[in-house]
Amino acid sequence: MRVELRDPNIIMKLSRLGSFHQSKLSFLRSFLKEFKDWEYNRDLFDLDKNGFGVAIYSFKKKKRVYSLICFANKIDDTERSDRVIATKWDAAFTLHDGVPNKNDIERLKKEVPKQEVGRLSYKELTLSRANKSIRVFEHVVDSLSNGKQPNLDLLEKVGYLYRTTAVYGSGKFGLADRFRIKNREEINGPFRLEMMLVYLVRQFTFDQVNHVAKNRNPKKAINLDPEICKNLGIGNSTGLGMAPFIVNHPTLLNNWILSRETALKEIREIRKVDLQDSNLFKKCLKNSIRNITSWNTESEYQLKKINNLLIDVKKLLDFIETKFDFEKDYPFNELYLWLEKETCEECIEYVVSIMMEPYSKIIQPLIRKMSSEEDKYFNIPTDRNVEELRSIIKSKYSNILSIDFNRDENHKKFWFISKNKEEPRIADRFEEQGSELEQPLAIARDVKRLYEKLLVTENSMTIDKFLIENSDLRHVVRRAFIVEKFPYSEIQDNTISEKMVPIDMLRLKLSFFGALKFDPRSDKWLRICMFQGAPLPDELKNYDDHWVYNSYS
Amino acid sequence: MKSLSEIETTSKRAARAVGFSWGVSEEVGKCVRLLELFGLPGIKNLVLYFKNENLNDFDNLKLIHKDNKPNKNKFCPINLGVNFIDQIKTIETFNKCSFKDIAYPILFLPFLSRASEIIGKKLILNFDENKFLLNFNVNISSNFTKDNFPTLANNIQIHFLDNKDNFNELEWKNLYKLSEETFVEETDSSKKGAAGAGLTDND
Repeated sequence: MRVELRDPNIIMKLSRLGSFHQSKLSFLRSFLKEFKDWEYNRDLFDLDKNGFGVAIYSFKKKKRVYSLICFANKIDDTERSDRVIATKWDAAFTLHDGVPNKNDIERLKKEVPKQEVGRLSYKELTLSRANKSIRVFEHVVDSLSNGKQPNLDLLEKVGYLYRTTAVYGSGKFGLADRFRIKNREEINGPFRLEMMLVYLVRQFTFDQVNHVAKNRNPKKAINLDPEICKNLGIGNSTGLGMAPFIVNHPTLLNNWILSRETALKEIREIRKVDLQDSNLFKKCLKNSIRNITSWNTESEYQLKKINNLLIDVKKLLDFIETKFDFEKDYPFNELYLWLEKETCEECIEYVVSIMMEPYSKIIQPLIRKMSSEEDKYFNIPTDRNVEELRSIIKSKYSNILSIDFNRDENHKKFWFISKNKEEPRIADRFEEQGSELEQPLAIARDVKRLYEKLLVTENSMTIDKFLIENSDLRHVVRRAFIVEKFPYSEIQDNTISEKMVPIDMLRLKLSFFGALKFDPRSDKWLRICMFQGAPLPDELKNYDDHWVYNSYS
Repeated sequence: MKSLSEIETTSKRAARAVGFSWGVSEEVGKCVRLLELFGLPGIKNLVLYFKNENLNDFDNLKLIHKDNKPNKNKFCPINLGVNFIDQIKTIETFNKCSFKDIAYPILFLPFLSRASEIIGKKLILNFDENKFLLNFNVNISSNFTKDNFPTLANNIQIHFLDNKDNFNELEWKNLYKLSEETFVEETDSSKKGAAGAGLTDND
C-alpha cells in the first residue's frame, strides 16, 4: 500500500506546526546518539566556595575535541533577567573547537560573559548564557548541605537548576561560520553543537550545586542523587528571536518537516507490525501520560491544549486496548486515520512522534537528511516564464491566495528588528511606528501581491524581464521557485494576521530541538525544558533510547 | 574578525537601508560575502559606494545588449549585476559584451563570478590594464595589485571562455603515458576471468 505524504496545506499551518512534539528525529536525541561513543571529561573545575569561577568539559574522539568553557559569575538578584535586554547572567558558556590554551581562556573570560557585545573567534562554535532558577538552586544547595536530597515535588514543578536565555551559533558575534565545520561527520545534523553546549551545561549545573553544598557544610553535605540529576534538564526562555529563522531558512525547514513526514509515511506503510514494536509503541504511549500530567504551565492557551491532549491520549489508549488489533494489515495507517478523525491536532502530532519510537531503521537515515545548503537554491531560474511561476503559486500557495489582505486584521502586525538589541520584534501596524522598516517575513501577503501582478502579465514573459520592473517582489519570486522543489519550505499561513500566535513558530523549532513541556508565558515567549530524563554523560555508552518516555517527571 | 555570516547579514540590511528592495539586498549580502571570502575588499567598497554615490543618479540598464552605454550617467554595479545574473543565459549567446562607465566595478565582480557558475563557463573581465578571471565561482584571479580599486571603470569587456583544456595534446600524452605505468599487462587467462561482465552474453 502506498501512503501519500501529508498535504503541506494542512501540516504547514501555524496551529499544526504549533502542535509538534519532540521525536526520535529531534536534534538533542540525535546528538546523544552521535556522541555516545565519545570520551567525556571534566578537564577543569576551578570554582570558589560560592561556585564562581571557570570550568571546562569536553567530548573527545581520536584527534577531535570539543570543549565547553563555563564562566560562573556573581550577580545581584536585581540584575537577573531572562529577557534579551539583560546584560549579566549567572553563567556564560562557549563551545571551543579543540583544547583551549591559557590565552584562549583569558581571552574568553573577558568576552563570553558579555555575550552579544563581546567578540568571539573562529575557534569558538557556540555561545550561550544561563540564569539560575533561584528557588530550586538554593533549595537543592540547602538540602544537600544538610545531608538530604531535595524535595522532588519542587524539582518536578520546575524541572531544572538553570535556564539558558539564548544559544548562538553559525557566525554570530564572530563565532565560526558553518562552512568551516560543515564537513565534519559528527555534526551532520542541524544544531548539533548547540545541543552539545546545552547538554554539557546541564552537567555543569549538577557539579556546581554539589560543589557549593559541599563548601557550605563540608562534613555533612552529600551529592545530588544521580537519578534525580537525570530527571532534571536545562530550562530555556525563548522569545521571538527564533521565529524569523524558520522563514529565512526555507530548504532547511523543508528538510526537517519532510523527514518527519517521510517517517510517518513509511511507518503507515508497514504491513505487518512486529509484536515487540507494537508493544514498545503502546508502552511509550502509556508512559507518556506522566509527561502530560507533569506538564506545568499557567498559560490558559497551553492548559487547554494539554487538557485536550490528555483526554485524547486516554481515548486512544482505550481504543487500542478495547477495539484495535495490531495484527491486522497496516495497523499504524489505520491508527493514524483514526487519530485524524477522532482527536485534536496536538494529539495527532504527539502520537505521530511516538509512532517513531520503535523504528530506528526508518529514522536514522532521515536524520542525515535534515541539514541543508540554502545557498544552492539561492539563484532564481530566470529563464522560466510568468505562466510557470503563476502555476507554481497557484498550486503551492493555494490557501494563501484566498486571504484578503485589504482587511486590516489580515495585515495588522509587522515584524521588525529592534534598534537597541538587534532582535526581531512584532508590533501593530496601525498603532506602532516603524512599519516602513518591516522585515520581509510577510511571505503570504507578498506572494499574493506577486500572484496579482502575474495575473496581468504576459504568459510568455521570462522571469528575468519580469524582475526588471518588479524588483520589490524578487524575494518572493525566489521563494516560489524554492517551494516548487521543497513542498514543506513555507509556512502556509499568514504571519502578519491579527490572530497569529508567534509562539506557534517558536514551538515548531523547539520541538525539532527536542524540547519538552512548552510553557507559554505570553503569546510571544515561552519556557521549555531540554534533556530532562536524558542519560548523564557517564551513562552515554549504554543508555535507554526511549528515555523521553521513561523518566519519572 | 567578522564572520561571513555577519558580513552577509549586515550588507543585506545596509543595502535595504539605502533603498534596494529586499530581494536585491539579499543578492548584495551574498555578493559582498563572496568578495570577502575571496579576499577582495567588498565591505570597504560597498561602504564607499553607499557613502559617495547618490543611487538615484545612475542609469538603469534594463536589457543588457552586446554593447552597453549609459545615456547620461554611470551604471550602478549592483543593479547591473542583478540584471547580468538574471539575463546571463541570453548574454552568454553574445560570447562577449562591453560596458561603458560602471561605478565601483569591484562590486560587479561577484555577480560575474556567480554567473560563471550558472552557465558553467569561465569569464574574463578586462578594464584598463586590469584583468579578472571568474572561475566558476570557485575563485577570482587577477593581475590587479594596487591597494585601492578604481571607483569607475570606463571601458569594460567581458569574454565568455569556451570550455577547453589549458594544456596541449603532447602534454596530455606525456602525462597519460606516465599514468599507464600503474596498469597491469593482461594474460590470456586474466582476459577471460578478471572482468566481471561480458562472459556469458548469449543467455
